Amino acid sequence: MDVFLIHLLNSLLYASVLFLIAGGLSLIYGVMRIVNLAHGNIYAFGAYVTAWVIGTLVAGASMPVWLVLLPVGAVATAILGAILEPTLLRPFYRRAEEYQLLCTFGLLMILEDVMRFFWGPYPLSASALFESFGSLSIGESIYPSYNFLVIGVGAAAAIFLWAFIYRTKFGVVLRATSQNMRMASALGVNVNRVYVEAFTLGCFMAGLGGAIIVPSQSAVLGMGVDALVLLFIVVVIGGLGSLEGALVGAIIVGFVREAGITWFAEIELAVLYLIAALVLLVRPAGLFGRP
Amino acid sequence: MSVTAAALRPTVSSARALRVAVPIAVLLALVPLVLSPYSSILLAYGLVMAIGALGFNLLLGYTGLLSFGHSAYFGVGAYAVALMVKYLNVASMELFLVGAIVASVLITALFGVVCVRYTTIFFGILTLALSQVLWSLAFKFFWVTGGTDGLRVPTPSLFGGLVTGAGDKIAFMSHAYYYYVLITFCVCVALMWVIVNSPFGMALQAIRDNETRAQFVGVRIWPYRWVAFLVSGVFTGLAGALWVPLNGLTTPDIMHWTFSGEIVFMTVLGGFRSFAGPIVGAVVFNYLKTYAVGYTVYWQLLLGVVLVALVLSLPTGIVGTASRLMARLQGRH
Amino acid sequence: MSLLVTTELVKWFGETHAVDHVNFTVKESEVLALIGSNGAGKTTLVNLISGLFRPDEGQIIFRDQDVTHQSVHGRIKAGIARSFQLVNLFDQLTALDNVALTIFSREGKIANLVALAASDSAVWDEAHEILKLFGLDAKARLLAGGVSQGERKLLDVAVAYALKPKLLFLDEPTSGVSTREKAPIMDTVTSVVRSTGISAAIIEHDMDVVFNYSDRIVAMHQGAILADGTPDEIRRNETVTTTLIGTTETR
Repeated sequence: MDVFLIHLLNSLLYASVLFLIAGGLSLIYGVMRIVNLAHGNIYAFGAYVTAWVIGTLVAGASMPVWLVLLPVGAVATAILGAILEPTLLRPFYRRAEEYQLLCTFGLLMILEDVMRFFWGPYPLSASALFESFGSLSIGESIYPSYNFLVIGVGAAAAIFLWAFIYRTKFGVVLRATSQNMRMASALGVNVNRVYVEAFTLGCFMAGLGGAIIVPSQSAVLGMGVDALVLLFIVVVIGGLGSLEGALVGAIIVGFVREAGITWFAEIELAVLYLIAALVLLVRPAGLFGRP
Repeated sequence: MSVTAAALRPTVSSARALRVAVPIAVLLALVPLVLSPYSSILLAYGLVMAIGALGFNLLLGYTGLLSFGHSAYFGVGAYAVALMVKYLNVASMELFLVGAIVASVLITALFGVVCVRYTTIFFGILTLALSQVLWSLAFKFFWVTGGTDGLRVPTPSLFGGLVTGAGDKIAFMSHAYYYYVLITFCVCVALMWVIVNSPFGMALQAIRDNETRAQFVGVRIWPYRWVAFLVSGVFTGLAGALWVPLNGLTTPDIMHWTFSGEIVFMTVLGGFRSFAGPIVGAVVFNYLKTYAVGYTVYWQLLLGVVLVALVLSLPTGIVGTASRLMARLQGRH
Repeated sequence: MSLLVTTELVKWFGETHAVDHVNFTVKESEVLALIGSNGAGKTTLVNLISGLFRPDEGQIIFRDQDVTHQSVHGRIKAGIARSFQLVNLFDQLTALDNVALTIFSREGKIANLVALAASDSAVWDEAHEILKLFGLDAKARLLAGGVSQGERKLLDVAVAYALKPKLLFLDEPTSGVSTREKAPIMDTVTSVVRSTGISAAIIEHDMDVVFNYSDRIVAMHQGAILADGTPDEIRRNETVTTTLIGTTETR
């Protein structure tokens, strides 16, 4: 029973992080119809910044300090997003999609080496925060308490986003722009501003995913592309452009991955791809997708 | 869609293409006689990459599908050769090529079925993801693939055993093997020229330009894309097979997304809207990489920055920009 | 002689009846105009018949063959072709290429990947002939994306015509074109169509064009057929003139 509970918690842990990253991607796509291939590396960048701040800069401080500084990675990626959208993405909205893909792929490569430049080729950890939370007994096993924080943040993000998008004025503007950009613009919405804001929010979410997971697993080079590959499965299953889809997709992938690791460790990734391929064959737009 | 208003499409007839290609082929053939062995071998690498890029561009330039996973097919070709050495003790280059083609056909047929139902974004990430799956499998099944150590491939015999690698390896690589690569390169270029200028090639461009209309002139989308995917993958697999004897070794790196990025980069550098673009881009890139890697560890950064700059300001690449400049010099616009 | 008959054709979009139990016929060798205000269902009807959409109910019989569930490819082979309201061409290919490509497709030669397209002179000659028919031969070697709007409209029709269909659907062939250019376009199109005995069904908003060029007019409103008759009959039909007021005002 406790083994089952631990698997369940691990799945939710994974799902939380995936939801944050995929949710950010879907939000951006939903509003702006662009897919940022570098999105995985934005997640990685958030992880690195947080790891650096709480694992290196203030390594001697105490748990409350680390906890407060935990979201710093998300703030960094939000700033990064706010800079990138008007400079590197906006020139491509009117051009053929290949150019946009090429540009964001270039960005992916740039970010990979930027992280290497700042933090070197070795993993960067912030495990002190993780350990300071201690652990909880579940039956005969023990489980790290920090993981509950991650799951909590994921759940809180889902609720907050839902409220933000469906209950605030900005959310209304966001939804209007996503459904009909020209109409929204004709009604006086400053579409450029909405785009920057949406992109910043999406990057914030990805960075937050990186920030909260990094205490439990170090930041390493290549984690961005690994995330992108998994992210893809999430949006295939859940559909691109939908937050509900990102949530459902993240949960499914979280569970399947946990099962995969337990039973088919060698080919876990291949199993996930098999499932994604099956979903694609049956419902090409994903469960909740927008074409 | 960027369109050149009222522009005359430069119809390059096959006759004109030959007038350009034959002198270049002759020059290439003179290289081992005139330049150092090192230069020949370096150029051989460039020509091999050119075959790979040529295959890649069938999908990008002509079918409008941007693949971020072509390293997978290059790797399949390379590993097919290495595994033939390891398990079957094969040494004949011809058998290597056949093996690589068979392996590439199988993998691209399979991957293609999944990938070509999607365009642009999903296609791009799907190809990237599938190549990462292959890469991770190459690690995981280390008892087959040699893991990070990779697999060694000795000098092959050419032309059914007529020419063997006994003796000076450098001399072999810079002369006999160089000519083998050159001949294969010329055949591949000719074959690709025919394909893109065939009715099939026109259909691909129609699908690229306007999928709906292509359907409504009676062209079925998926089968055509799938065949393009297949041909593209096989060309790149062939390049992988030619590469591995030059390199002597194949490792999982060759299937990593960073190598896919290089294939994309070299094609965009040369100009993906032209036939010769990928060839020029691959050869130039090969030289750039050889000299630049010595200067900086931040190779990805350099590639990324140049790629973004290219896409922002010189989207037609070297060949496109050069032809525009030449047209202006000649008084046309 | 009926070339095309639809029986109780229905298409829903969400809760709206885009096409509501439509019984639409086209006779052989006739030029028919399909009129109605925006949202009347004209384009949806054409989309259903040409195969872009599948109907929710009803049947489509073309030349005594049930094509209701046929793919686009199948319908083209049967003899139905169409042009598009928003011009849909292969912009990076020349006008000549656009037509030649269609001929290759029609002749079943399009799958050939090991022969140079340029070597099949029969196809290219026919492509030139078709361009000449539509007055576009001078622009043969220009990119389709670079010719004028009127020429693009004609090229769109030429491409559909190159499929040698028995029934040609033209979706607003003169929209976006200056008034001066409309008559020459319609003259060209109708003369080609009539001289080859093809039937054409033309969606049009310009009533001058409708009354001057069609043998028969079908008026649609809110997904259903309102009236069906000769131009004179339609002109005298009060239901039509009152419902479509604004669009029936002839200048």
